[in-house]
Amino acid sequence: MRIHYCDVLSVGAGLAGERVAVEAAQAGYNVICLSIVPPRRSHSSAAQGGMQAALGNSIMGDGDSPEIHFNDTVKGSDWGCDQEVARIFAEQAPIAMREMAFMGVPWNRVVPGEHTYYKGGKPFQATEKKENEGLIHSRAFGGTAKWRTCYTSDGTGHAVLFTLDNRMLQLGVQVHDRMQAEALIHDGERCMGVIARNLRTGELEAYIANATLIATGGFGRLYRATTNAVICDGGGQIIAQDTGVVPLGNMEAVQFHPTGTVPTDILVTEGCRGDGGTLLDVNEYRFMPDYEPEKAELASRDVVSRRMTEHMRKGFGVKSPYGDHLWLDIRHLGEKHITTNLREVYDICRHFLGVNPIHQLIPVRPTQHYSMGGVRVNKDGHAYGLKGLFAAGEAACWDMHGFNRLGGNSLAETVVAGRVVGKKVVEFLQGDSMTFKADAMQDALKGVEQRIESLKKGTGDDCYTLRNEMQDAMMEYVGIFRNGKDLQKGVDTLQEILERTKNMRLAGKGQRGQDAEMAMALRVPGMVRLALTIAYGALKRTESRGAHAREDYPERNDRDWLKRTLATWKPGDTLPTLSYEEATPFFILPPGDRGYGGGKIIDGPDIPAEKLVPFAEKKEAQGA
Amino acid sequence: MGRTLTFEIFRYNPADPDSKPHMQTYTLEETPSMTLFIALNKIREEQDPTLQFDFCCRAGICGSCGMVINGRPCLACHTQTADLPDKITLHPLPVFKLLGDLSVDTGTWFRGVGKKIESWIHTKKQFDENAPEERMDNELANQIFELDRCVECGCCVAACGTARMRDDFIGATSINRLARFYIDPRDERKSSDYYELIGDDSGVFGCMGLLACDNVCPKQIPLQDQLGVMRRMVTLESVKAIIPDFIRNKLVGCPDKND
Repeated sequence: MRIHYCDVLSVGAGLAGERVAVEAAQAGYNVICLSIVPPRRSHSSAAQGGMQAALGNSIMGDGDSPEIHFNDTVKGSDWGCDQEVARIFAEQAPIAMREMAFMGVPWNRVVPGEHTYYKGGKPFQATEKKENEGLIHSRAFGGTAKWRTCYTSDGTGHAVLFTLDNRMLQLGVQVHDRMQAEALIHDGERCMGVIARNLRTGELEAYIANATLIATGGFGRLYRATTNAVICDGGGQIIAQDTGVVPLGNMEAVQFHPTGTVPTDILVTEGCRGDGGTLLDVNEYRFMPDYEPEKAELASRDVVSRRMTEHMRKGFGVKSPYGDHLWLDIRHLGEKHITTNLREVYDICRHFLGVNPIHQLIPVRPTQHYSMGGVRVNKDGHAYGLKGLFAAGEAACWDMHGFNRLGGNSLAETVVAGRVVGKKVVEFLQGDSMTFKADAMQDALKGVEQRIESLKKGTGDDCYTLRNEMQDAMMEYVGIFRNGKDLQKGVDTLQEILERTKNMRLAGKGQRGQDAEMAMALRVPGMVRLALTIAYGALKRTESRGAHAREDYPERNDRDWLKRTLATWKPGDTLPTLSYEEATPFFILPPGDRGYGGGKIIDGPDIPAEKLVPFAEKKEAQGA
Repeated sequence: MGRTLTFEIFRYNPADPDSKPHMQTYTLEETPSMTLFIALNKIREEQDPTLQFDFCCRAGICGSCGMVINGRPCLACHTQTADLPDKITLHPLPVFKLLGDLSVDTGTWFRGVGKKIESWIHTKKQFDENAPEERMDNELANQIFELDRCVECGCCVAACGTARMRDDFIGATSINRLARFYIDPRDERKSSDYYELIGDDSGVFGCMGLLACDNVCPKQIPLQDQLGVMRRMVTLESVKAIIPDFIRNKLVGCPDKND
């Protein structure tokens, strides 16, 4: 077996992993990034919109500040977030964006003079200031008080990822692509690296590292319909949970987007509805005003997704070989508007669906989009439960998103958290010495070898069948709308699937070299455990908060549930062990109404005075 | 609707000594809006789990799924079966190392060439986190992004006559990547530095001008224009000693990186 040594190992080479790697390499440490795909293909490249940071350069962002950004983020999270982390994030974001500009990101810049912008489909005029000419511009996004989203045309993720990857090349950070991490090497207290499977050769290799980072993104592929790339299978969360000592945080917080296209679940922007598009059912009837008379299609993301699902359940969905869907109608906006303001939508529809949205309806359905939960880490990005293990980005529950994240905050999180956690990893290495335990490596290796051997002998279902059944169970029972009865069914179904994963069969018998079936088969049991963690956490959380919507408990319950779910998985168990912790160490913004989305709130007890801290004051306290 | 599609797919596993390169036939019922992403996954999951191919974003953004579709390099994810005849022939991209069936190693190739052309901003400045960002003209930012849009799918390299003949040819994608840094004022490299990087047959002078790169680029990046710009700049750099400044400045038409 090949053994690689390094100071820092990043499992994942998307934006968060690369940003941490760059920070450690700049400090002189030897860094290796593992990646399932070449790093520039990571799912970070798919992010189009932009990164929120309170630079306040654009006229509609005038007067913006980290504090206003912080307030928007906390409201967006439905008070589920860690306010200390949200403050660190809001304060660091402008610096992180300027730093990316320094490294080479071609951010769009302020052009002085009068411009026409669109809001709710109607044009209005705004004059950009002369003195801000050439500074980083920002665009509007949902749930924000100011225009705050820095962007590079419609390819922000791509531009930032390529810039960071260029910096990695310059610093000589090694990337080992087509490697899949299968197990953490640990002794129950200390993480020492990973056992990975080389996807080119099928061989197992060991990576020994003083600090190990999980930055593998989200786990959208637990759901049948997701906007996520095919590699977003929760690999990082799986190896963390497999240790039995590292908890995952708030896994039940899963965000859905109303307009994923059918069949391939590629996102079409919220702008379609913002500009006046409507949702139609199988009879081409506009149903949203019946459910939401005031806001109709422009209710918040979670609300629209729920109404669409409700309507399809009543039998008004359009049948297709890919399952039921609804229609998005933008035909009335006209050719000029569609080919200019909604050019990306126009291209996606023609290239991927074979649909021309000027004349045809777009097939859409609510689609899994983002994982707020992940490997639970403290404000430094250090995982609970194992020394030397860190996590950042969507893979982590850092936790600035709480139960719902705002558009533009996820991409911003990758580089801000990458920067913050990267510095903490460097601090950790400076004060650390690790004793490597060969036993721990052998144990981890044997575990993976046994799983491979057992797959070669299995006689039951193949991995794709079990994966599909898991995805269907998640869509059916643990989707947008949740209730106790369905969640219990979901848990039961998933437990049954988990049992069947013990006798999984390789239909292709396992071949030398590349073997996509083996790679998937090794993933499926862990994916089912993650699915169970989501379903079980959702079953136990008897309230509605952000993206977690319980039909049988419609209120946000601050009295009982202003807390974070922690889920560990003890070896041999068929369910995770749940515990809870306070959502936030202190309150800058005490719980209140979000100002959108409606819904009742069951108030908690008054927050004690010592836990209520103004934004600036706490900052000084921390600096001292 | 209702067509039966026949897929002729190249099969070879270089890790298996018993494997011989051959074409294998699969049939599949076409469904509405079917893309090659859907079709290939259906074949693998329902007919042949040993079939190897690459997809990642499946949305035309990441560049993973370049392959030769009925003779033409293209992204498989945004190829509709409806736009193809009943018989669909799939080969892996040439030039890149074959990993298995339709899967090729673009990662190693692009990492190597990225190092070779030093694909990063060269600057002596230090980042100051307390200072406002350096200003940039928005039009210039857009121009840089226009070239930065390359997804490194490798279609242009696979379609390139020179790349098929010369192992060291850096391809249109790399020349475009350097053109992006050439127009970026943050990059302090001079024309002579670029000359050192690409002023030979492995760089701009290797191109035979067949235009296939430009033709197959799924992102419609103006690859031939960039080759022209860089070739002219490098050529002038090589003869600048014998051309008076006032003529040279007229000819370049690009930012002067000599000062």
